[in-house]
Amino acid sequence: MTPLEMSISELKQALTDRKLSASELADASYRRIAETDERVQAFLTLNEEGAREQASLTDGRIAQGEAVDILAGVPAGIKDNIVTEGLRTTCASRFLDNYKPIYDGTVSRKLRDAQVVTIGKLNMDEFAMGGSNENSAFKSTRNPWDLERVPGGSSGGSAAAVAAGQVSFALGSDTGGSIRQPASYCGVVGLKPTYGLVSRFGLVAFASSLDQIGPLTRSVEDAAHVLQAIAGYDKMDSTSADVSIPDYAEALTGDVKGLRIGVPKEYIGQGVDPKVKEAVLAALNVFESLGATWEEVSMPHTDYAVATYYLLASSEASSNLARFDGVRYGVRADNPDNLLQLYHESRSQGFGPEVKRRIMLGTYALSSGYYDAYYLKAQKVRTLIKQDFDEAFNQYDILLGPTAPTTAFRLGEQIDDPLAMYLNDILTIPVSLAGVPAISIPCGLADGLPVGLQLIGKAFQETTVLRAAHAFEQHTEYHKLRPQL
Amino acid sequence: MPSAKYETVIGLEVHVELHTNSKIFCGCSTEFGAPPNTHTCPICLGHPGVLPVLNRQAVEYAMKAAMALNCEIASVSKFDRKNYFYPDSPKAYQISQYDKPIGENGWIDIEVNGETKRIGINRLHLEEDAGKLTHVDGGYASLVDFNRVGTPLVEIVSEPELCSPEEAKAYLEKMKAIMQYCDVSDVKMEEGSLRCDANISLRPHGQKELGTKAELKNMNSFRGVQRGLEYEEERQADILDDGGLVVQETRRWDEAQGRTLSMRSKEEAHDYRYFPDPDLVTLHIDDEWKERVRASIPELPDALKARYTAEYGLSAYDAEGITSSKKLADLFEESLQYTKDAKAVANWIMGELLGYVNGNGIEIDAVKLNGQGLGEMIGLIEKGTISSKIAKTVFKEMLESGKSPQVIVEEKGLVQISDEGAIKAIVEQIIAKNPQSVEDYRAGKEKAIGFLVGQVMKETKGKANPGLVNQLLVDCLKQA
Repeated sequence: MTPLEMSISELKQALTDRKLSASELADASYRRIAETDERVQAFLTLNEEGAREQASLTDGRIAQGEAVDILAGVPAGIKDNIVTEGLRTTCASRFLDNYKPIYDGTVSRKLRDAQVVTIGKLNMDEFAMGGSNENSAFKSTRNPWDLERVPGGSSGGSAAAVAAGQVSFALGSDTGGSIRQPASYCGVVGLKPTYGLVSRFGLVAFASSLDQIGPLTRSVEDAAHVLQAIAGYDKMDSTSADVSIPDYAEALTGDVKGLRIGVPKEYIGQGVDPKVKEAVLAALNVFESLGATWEEVSMPHTDYAVATYYLLASSEASSNLARFDGVRYGVRADNPDNLLQLYHESRSQGFGPEVKRRIMLGTYALSSGYYDAYYLKAQKVRTLIKQDFDEAFNQYDILLGPTAPTTAFRLGEQIDDPLAMYLNDILTIPVSLAGVPAISIPCGLADGLPVGLQLIGKAFQETTVLRAAHAFEQHTEYHKLRPQL
Repeated sequence: MPSAKYETVIGLEVHVELHTNSKIFCGCSTEFGAPPNTHTCPICLGHPGVLPVLNRQAVEYAMKAAMALNCEIASVSKFDRKNYFYPDSPKAYQISQYDKPIGENGWIDIEVNGETKRIGINRLHLEEDAGKLTHVDGGYASLVDFNRVGTPLVEIVSEPELCSPEEAKAYLEKMKAIMQYCDVSDVKMEEGSLRCDANISLRPHGQKELGTKAELKNMNSFRGVQRGLEYEEERQADILDDGGLVVQETRRWDEAQGRTLSMRSKEEAHDYRYFPDPDLVTLHIDDEWKERVRASIPELPDALKARYTAEYGLSAYDAEGITSSKKLADLFEESLQYTKDAKAVANWIMGELLGYVNGNGIEIDAVKLNGQGLGEMIGLIEKGTISSKIAKTVFKEMLESGKSPQVIVEEKGLVQISDEGAIKAIVEQIIAKNPQSVEDYRAGKEKAIGFLVGQVMKETKGKANPGLVNQLLVDCLKQA
């Protein structure tokens, strides 16, 4: 087994026993990237010098017998919308092609403190808008299972890098499904925590009321370890929740006896690929065999989720992305005649078509005369969608369904049809609007492509979600499947 | 009053910078006058990924200001984004408050021509200040200083209840005094910590609905506000007199030209696309917090004025004048620890002090006088150590050097001559030199004695005790 195939706890053991060094691990990571990334195209920026420096520092500490974090020396990739001090952070946008942050985001600092070895920054859809990575201004990441297919998005680079064994884990961000959907397409584990569990300070905002950072890993246990490192109240983020953080790995007991599972009938209805549905129903049999029970439940407002999401997320985005004006950082148009032209030209040149589309949509929705009909109405519907979840969680511990209606599609297949693209998120968006946690784990292959199973929990009940996902993983082999590269 | 035909209606929007130590959403200093862009960080510069965290002190100052303006304080308040592109706004939106301001429905009383009038306060809300742009000569570039961006501001919106530029000025003066008393702001218009925009419209007397208004900006002094409004009052009256229609627009006061100029019409007005800021949480203000803040508000000018007239017997005019500025009221009270003569203190403040300050066009802050000095100086007059006339010299010196009156009197040898023998010798000398005046006096021209007193004072360089001089002169003239 190559070291990059090892789990985080195995790596910790090997590093402590000095059977492996962090520097060797970093070397292995860069070697794997050299072998595969020309095809996968997951990375936008490599951090070779910084990574090797961190690795040798960690090796020194371990040699001196210092107790180090479980993530110390572990090679990781970071989605390129998470700010890393001194390390180019582009959000896969031309606008930030030249942007080197002057500060560390909270999560980046936490990884640094844990002595994680940051291998590089990962590709994504520009400003996290998209579900295929085709909206990156720089390159289209490929799905390691089939290089003709997309890895999903927007955290496509993160999912692909983990699936391709380039890093041990990656951080992604999820606004409407951007961790879970690519995890599903690439056959890895992707966790979107409860809104407020992980600090957003240093996450370049797309939709502030929805954005959450989370891990993409090859196992549920690894996800628990990474979550442990990044979760927790942050005084720099007013929306971060002041809740006590449990020991996530300890919650992985394998026991799901008596777990009450609700299966929203709207999540396995029309539009869901029969083979995907089949894999999900098979997963239910596994849970049943482990002593869990399940029934169908109705989430009546599911149909309105996508429209609601595109109004709210785009409204927030139109304001969040206004700071990219060419004045202080990023792209600035050459020789503008006046201020207005500086804005027009810088933004026209700096943003790609999908970003422009959403800025226009959001600007329109917030405009005087339309605000009540669009933004305000959408806020009300969001409350109704939340109520669907509250009611379901009165009866069930977990909600279960597919992560995405289909497996990974081909590059270029949907790029000209934004609405079709938006519907890929139909099963992840309601969860984002409700702010509750959800995980996507591999639950089989359909025509050789991974299918993702989504487990949704109550707010701040990541332990329940992780325990159920882990129990499933313990009794199946899907997470051990690897793409041939 | 440009025309007796119309009633003027004015509403003011006042911005007051709160003098917290740090900015409203980050930890940067709010100190005025630092080198450009030195009080900045990724947060106030609007770098990608940053988030705002509300400064508790700013909220408390805003509550305090709102309470002092008799506003109802919201129990639930929130922040909204006001979206617009301009280089002084790094996020391209300003965090402000749209529909749930901290304070609403307040009022203040103003005094114009001896009459008290109550002016309604529509709302007071909290927001962040923008940066400062400096346009380079020739217009080829603009420089931006982000030190000011994120300084906490309250915007105070009056009801349209001011009926003249004079009332507007009185309202501003009262507003400034209240903010000073609450100690929430430096309220210096020249440093921009107090700013004012005005809405003004005219309507025929008796008409119920308001006329079309113009919004007036760029008035950088109280006098500017008054002049700008006076100009606008006349401009609109002329239009109406000619049967024309006032255009709804924003106009800029040009101090140098002494007139207002159109900036943008209603059609060009911004759509700010306000929406709740998802980066901030709802602000809950409970009763306990409100009461704690309320308890920190000192006695305000109206209450102080009432007390000064009742307790010290000051005239309404003097009491109003002294309480119009926290500095003056503090000086008054401090002086009274050193003398019992409140009226004398009031006279010195209202007369010599304000005369000096206004005459030199400076701020009260710039003078070095303190209450102890003023009180002790009055004591020296009472004891006869110096005359009232000499006291004026001493007072001026105190304003400029900050020295104690005793030191000034000693250094300059200003001690009053109260030695009867010494003065009598001079009196006799003056009588001998001025036979004409002596004759006039004896002929019944009582006034002539004034001239003789003056001569004695001149001879003693003003140091002779004037009462004694007068008495000795009368005695001598009668005897001879």
